[in-house]
Amino acid sequence: MISINNISKQFGKLKALDSLTIEFLSGECVALIGPNGSGKTTLIKSILGMVVPDDGTILFNKKNISNDWIYRSQIGYMPQIGRYPENMTIGQVIGMMKDIRKSEKNILDEELIEKFELQGMINKRMRILSGGTTQKVSASLAFLFNADVLILDEPTAGLDAVSSEILKEKILKENSKGKLIIITSHVLSDLDNLITQIVCMQDGKLKFQKAKSLLKMETGEEKLSKAIAKIMLQN
Amino acid sequence: MRKVVKYVILDILKSKIILSYTLVLFLISFSVFSLEDNTAKGLLSLLNIELFVLPLVSIIFSTIYIYNSSEFIELLVSQPLKRKSIWLSLFYGLSVSLVVSFFIASGLPVLYYEPTVTGLIMVLVGCLLSIIFVAIALLASVITRDKAKGIGMAIFLWLYFAIIFDGLVLFLLIQYADYPLEKPMMIISACNPIDLSRIVILLRLDVSALMGYTGAVFKDFFGTTKGLMTAVTVLLLWVFIPLGFSLRIFRKKDL
Repeated sequence: MISINNISKQFGKLKALDSLTIEFLSGECVALIGPNGSGKTTLIKSILGMVVPDDGTILFNKKNISNDWIYRSQIGYMPQIGRYPENMTIGQVIGMMKDIRKSEKNILDEELIEKFELQGMINKRMRILSGGTTQKVSASLAFLFNADVLILDEPTAGLDAVSSEILKEKILKENSKGKLIIITSHVLSDLDNLITQIVCMQDGKLKFQKAKSLLKMETGEEKLSKAIAKIMLQN
Repeated sequence: MRKVVKYVILDILKSKIILSYTLVLFLISFSVFSLEDNTAKGLLSLLNIELFVLPLVSIIFSTIYIYNSSEFIELLVSQPLKRKSIWLSLFYGLSVSLVVSFFIASGLPVLYYEPTVTGLIMVLVGCLLSIIFVAIALLASVITRDKAKGIGMAIFLWLYFAIIFDGLVLFLLIQYADYPLEKPMMIISACNPIDLSRIVILLRLDVSALMGYTGAVFKDFFGTTKGLMTAVTVLLLWVFIPLGFSLRIFRKKDL
């Protein structure tokens, strides 16, 4: 569904992505892991067109995304730190996004808005929201448009246990519908029962891409975090 | 695109700055005309305000607005929207709000006290100046990520166009006083939208008689309809060139 071919990106002296090639297939739930500063967010932003790679191509459904914008209607994105216009209320932000992205063919999915009980604070301004509530708004917006691809950058960071479970359930549900889900997270135990694929990055390069079951089998570990730790130590 | 423009204008109206700017400009415009019994004098006083305050408010407000909406821009860029239409929506939103507030605050009094071609030209030039400095502000704010640097650059650009440029021209005139500079001066004046606006309006007023031989040459050219059209075209170029450059940078910018 998304194929990334040899992309590179340099910020000043720092090489954030170094001729990276990855393929994401639909129906997968991919965990994008790697140490801090390994280029995970840059990769995600490149897929979204927020960062323009210096080199290489990104294909979305076999179409090059450079100078294209329509493909983004098939992506729901939840940023690591959601930044919204401070003076708008939750209701206004959701209303605006609906207004901008509305089309006949996508049915709105307001399940998360209901489950997170955002209706009750629809008149609160974005400025005064706590980090967790902002995350809830981001998550609701990402799932709102029934997009085929969901990109979640650190989705459970800052969420309390209950909300985190609601979100994980939702991810599982959407994944079972055959949607491609890409998650970055540091908390590996969080992801254990969600994901099917693991993509590990280091210094802007791909370290390995493996199915979860294969990884567990190779290392002989039951827990994902231990399996990955073992692989990291091996190299 | 129209939806984004709508949200930009709503957002601008929500901050009270534009409203207070309109009110203050309106009071100034009316009091200037009420103080003088000669509307030409009033027009001249208002011209000086127009040429200094208008560009300043326009460039500073737009620059600060763009920096303050960085979250909004980031949010929009990740949505299925063209980058070009996001940037142009910001430009339209800012231009429309500033032009409307100028028209209400200063355009209406001018047209009321001076319902002539001169008054009309003054209003038109004021609207163009507002838009030109929005375009320049967009360019200044897209070049650098640092808010302080961007606003500093905007203030410096205003200072350059409003004050420093005249100093340089004066220096040039004195240095080359022995040469016939009337024709080159016309080209140099096109390099500064504020100067060009001042010349276009001054030539419509009687005071242009005080401008000597250069004034006569100017009048020969800008006094005609063709000259006026040229001046308006140059002013429009001052909108399109900075806007075009800022758009090119924004399309490749990492957010």
